[in-house]
Amino acid sequence: MNLALSDEQVFLREAARGALSRLQTIEAAREALDGNAPLPDLWPTAMQAGWPGLLIDEEHGGAGLDAFDAMLVLGECGRVLAGVPLLGHLPASAILNDSPNAAGFLPEVSSGERRAAYLPAQPPSDVSDRWSTDPASGLERGALPTAGAPDEDGRVPINGSFAFVPDAPGASGMVGVALQDGRPVGIAVLNDSRGVEVKPVSRYDATRSLGHVSFTDSPAVLLDASEESLAAAWYLAQALIAAESLGSVETALDVSVAYAKERHTFGRAIGSYQAVKHSLTEVLRQLENGRSLLYYAGWSRNGKPEEFPLAASAARSVAGRALDQAARTMISVHGGIGATWEHDAPLYFRRAQLSRRLLGGTAGATDRVAGELIAQASAA
Amino acid sequence: MDLDDTPEQAAYRTQVRAWLAEHKSQAPILTGPGALKDEDEIVAARRAWQGKLAEAGLAGVTWPKEYGGQGLGPIEQLICNQEIGQAKVPGILDAIGVGMLGPTLIAHGTDEQKGRYLGPMLHGDEVWCQLFSEPAAGSDLAAVQARARLQDDGSWRLSGQKVWTTNAQFASYGLLLARTDADVPKHKGMTMFIVPMDAAGVTVRGLRQISGEAEFNEVFFEDVALDSDAVVGGVGNGWGTALTTLMFERVTIGLGGEGLGFNSNRFAQAIAADEHARRDPEVRHQLGEIASELLAVRFTGYRTLTALQKGQIPGPEAGLAKVTIVNGAIKAGDLITDVIGPDALDEDSEWAYMISFLPGLKSAGGTEEILRNTIGERVLGLPPEPRLDKGIPFSELRSKEGAAA
Repeated sequence: MNLALSDEQVFLREAARGALSRLQTIEAAREALDGNAPLPDLWPTAMQAGWPGLLIDEEHGGAGLDAFDAMLVLGECGRVLAGVPLLGHLPASAILNDSPNAAGFLPEVSSGERRAAYLPAQPPSDVSDRWSTDPASGLERGALPTAGAPDEDGRVPINGSFAFVPDAPGASGMVGVALQDGRPVGIAVLNDSRGVEVKPVSRYDATRSLGHVSFTDSPAVLLDASEESLAAAWYLAQALIAAESLGSVETALDVSVAYAKERHTFGRAIGSYQAVKHSLTEVLRQLENGRSLLYYAGWSRNGKPEEFPLAASAARSVAGRALDQAARTMISVHGGIGATWEHDAPLYFRRAQLSRRLLGGTAGATDRVAGELIAQASAA
Repeated sequence: MDLDDTPEQAAYRTQVRAWLAEHKSQAPILTGPGALKDEDEIVAARRAWQGKLAEAGLAGVTWPKEYGGQGLGPIEQLICNQEIGQAKVPGILDAIGVGMLGPTLIAHGTDEQKGRYLGPMLHGDEVWCQLFSEPAAGSDLAAVQARARLQDDGSWRLSGQKVWTTNAQFASYGLLLARTDADVPKHKGMTMFIVPMDAAGVTVRGLRQISGEAEFNEVFFEDVALDSDAVVGGVGNGWGTALTTLMFERVTIGLGGEGLGFNSNRFAQAIAADEHARRDPEVRHQLGEIASELLAVRFTGYRTLTALQKGQIPGPEAGLAKVTIVNGAIKAGDLITDVIGPDALDEDSEWAYMISFLPGLKSAGGTEEILRNTIGERVLGLPPEPRLDKGIPFSELRSKEGAAA
């Protein structure tokens, strides 16, 4: 048993931190929110660092690394609120990597010449036997798009929609799941295909690129990835957004602790008061719990795949709450200034509020933890 | 990063599992049908079982071989704990002695002390108790008032009171922190002693808890005579010696939380058993939140192990795991009681004891508040609260406290 980072993993993380530190992403997040400038395109940075191919096998031009390595990179993105479109690309690349008939795409997906986006769909649970999609509004979850019969080129027509798809605008193609004769099948659609509409949407956090996607008889390649692989992509997305969220928690905590040491009231640093100290240790407690679950999730994807849904959902659940707690604590510790645009705290707060509602939401992941454990208990 | 056993660890696990399979019929039955009821019988049976575990090398796994241990690492200790849990047999009776007090003697005791006490402790022949806390010294442990006075012949006389002492009612010895010099600042004037619990002047009185059971005690010392060789770690070094014990306590808690039965699978089983509850969104949400945090603690334990394996000493952040475990289990007990109803509180229910036990556990091994102070200061580097007791002789503290009030 060994939960330490390898030298290569430490190098990967430090390299990511170094590459992102030169980009002034927090300033860019503020500018974008003001509407003064579009967010900088960070994909060239990702390509240069080799991140697009992190999860693709070496024989297809990728790095052949594991979920935990990708999570380290996402954590660094989260630390500085960098909108690198990996949340969409990496789960999509994992499905393609598991599809023998997509091998031809892999070199360009791996290099990043083609950027992919993942069409999020939640696998069935202990209480529902159907796949579902995030709704554009409200609590009722949507149905998967349908895939028709193949045409003479072997393409299948797709009809249906996905809401709030991360990193869909500007992607070369999208990868996910559709229903064909009631059975889940993997699909890949090029963004410029017939009947594909990707409507960019911006909600509350300008660093997050999202799109409402709809397909009208759009031609798709049917992927031969297994149903397990299609489900694993959802949990990979949960693990990645968990890692990204905890990166943001790290920064929020560091900044808050530094201020609590420096700011004095009644003749002493505010961090010496129990009320402030305990609220900061609560953020640390949730962060440490989240970090432990990142190890579990990162290891289980290949080490114990039957536990990956539980591990990734638990990581997402804890990380989502930690991010909200950290962002709110950051504002409280800073006092009034923390609630103004003079400070970075509102950027982390905005990140927290939106992130917790994407990809099935933190609440959805929490329910899935219960569902997985209840299913385990019933099977025992 | 790897969570699987190495080939050596897998071989060790197989060996432990095989021994347990062969001998589990000799283990005392503590719950369910055929369970022992009489407390004396339970203690006797558990002592005998500890002896068997020790002979088989399943107790004191990390103790050096020269003191009867196996000289193995914390991973092997965890493997043993996991297999004992898996076999559904009780672990050792004297977890406090073997886990915390024995290692303190190994670190600070004289050769004579180690030779005399460690063997019988490990085998359950002599059970030990930890005599640190007092009615007015818990979170502020260095405020102990139990007073040991040096006699002309080099022996000591001890008077005072200790409290929250687990196992004192059947312990042979206690490790006791006493004040030996009140004219120096409080952290400097303490000494650690070995106290025979059958000495004249020692009185043990059970303290009944919410559950109605008396698992721990208050212990009174009235002019108890101690020989000069009862001192552990040197006169005036009691605080340093106590910190060693507390470090081992953190390790024990960090690796043993699930051994207390506070784990997500067990709580999920209780919910899964109710057809309505298992589909109720509110119940599922609460279970999901509780279970995620308790799962996290399991992997925090593995992180602690990784650090131990690399020769690092676990820091106070392990205390956060205790906060998570206790609060998670409290919420789980509450949720399960909501689901089952008043029957969950019945004396025969699986849950009543846990529900009664947890409010006290919140303060055991460091209150949540003092743990958060320590972690805020030692891990996050936040400044300490201003203190009124720094550099002041212990004997003058009372008047200072009065003046400040």
